[in-house]
Amino acid sequence: MATGLFRRAVSRISTARFMLARAHASEAQAQQVEPKARSSPTLKTFSIYRWNPDSPSKPELQEYKIDLKECGPMVLDALIKIKNEFDPTLTFRRSCREGICGSCAMNIDGCNGLACLTKIPSAGSNTTITPLPHMFVIKDLVVDMTNFYNQYKSIEPWLKRKTPASVPGKEILQSKKDRAKLDGMYECILCACCSTSCPSYWWNPESYLGPAALLHANRWISDSRDEFTKERLDAINDEFKLYRCHTILNCARACPKGLNPGKQITHIKQLQLSSGN
Amino acid sequence: MGASGGPRLSGMQKEVLSLYRGFLRVARSKSAEDRRKIESVVSAEFRQNSKKVDRKSFLYIEYLLRRGKKQLDQLKSPDTVRLSSLNIGASETKNPNP
Repeated sequence: MATGLFRRAVSRISTARFMLARAHASEAQAQQVEPKARSSPTLKTFSIYRWNPDSPSKPELQEYKIDLKECGPMVLDALIKIKNEFDPTLTFRRSCREGICGSCAMNIDGCNGLACLTKIPSAGSNTTITPLPHMFVIKDLVVDMTNFYNQYKSIEPWLKRKTPASVPGKEILQSKKDRAKLDGMYECILCACCSTSCPSYWWNPESYLGPAALLHANRWISDSRDEFTKERLDAINDEFKLYRCHTILNCARACPKGLNPGKQITHIKQLQLSSGN
Repeated sequence: MGASGGPRLSGMQKEVLSLYRGFLRVARSKSAEDRRKIESVVSAEFRQNSKKVDRKSFLYIEYLLRRGKKQLDQLKSPDTVRLSSLNIGASETKNPNP
């Protein structure tokens, strides 16, 4: 019995040593691998839309080769790297780099999205970055958002009351259930990814309000504290403003915040029907 | 100045002229001194671009039109009192262009 125990102990020690030795071996291997990987860069080509109003010529795609191993994971990281190290003239909007400001909306490999929330596609050696489609370009990736913001303004995105608050100078209270109705709308950051992905908006950018503005219209129509629901519904009850939405649903596919503007527009349409307009 | 007498204008030329007219109209709503200033700055800008810009670079002219309309909207506001311009750009932008 005693010898048996002893043997077991020995065998245990030997396995432990073996494990230790293996751990060392893998560490050493890793140390060997790392410098090797650094020496062979993973190059990726970014083709970026360039147009400068100060030296007017035709717009073109300029190519930049980036080593992905020395770059952050997101497309915005690559853009900032290009601007810092290769070409300071590259122009784009960016601010929060975490998908809450909506500044860096652009078209990446044919899909609208926020550069800060889009991973650099690992498949393929080339990524094309262009401004938001069907928008007027001011410079490089910067587009003119005047029309988009004016449409947002036109739906009067603020609380409107006919009666004063029950307690003057205090907030108007809302039940949890009423508050829950605003989920899926209040998250919108107005990045314009949805509107500029909508073919209907491409053809009628002036007259059709577009998914983003209509989503916000529904946000105020659904708000229990707002007392201008009927006026709001009447204001957008228009063949062009609202009914140019043909439920193509590119908006839901494009939204970087995972919202569904198409669903909210359908909600407005249903309210229009039920209110008998 | 009738349409029959003058040269036939393209749509874009008409747009440029109406933009120019818009600026002159807005200038009238400002004080006499500012009005003269606005008129001189605006006409200098239009005249310079009419020489500098290739008449076939539609993309660029459309861009300038949009920019001009935006500036006109700003100038239309009664809160905007005067217009001033910086003239360092004129010599700088000319140089890189062949």
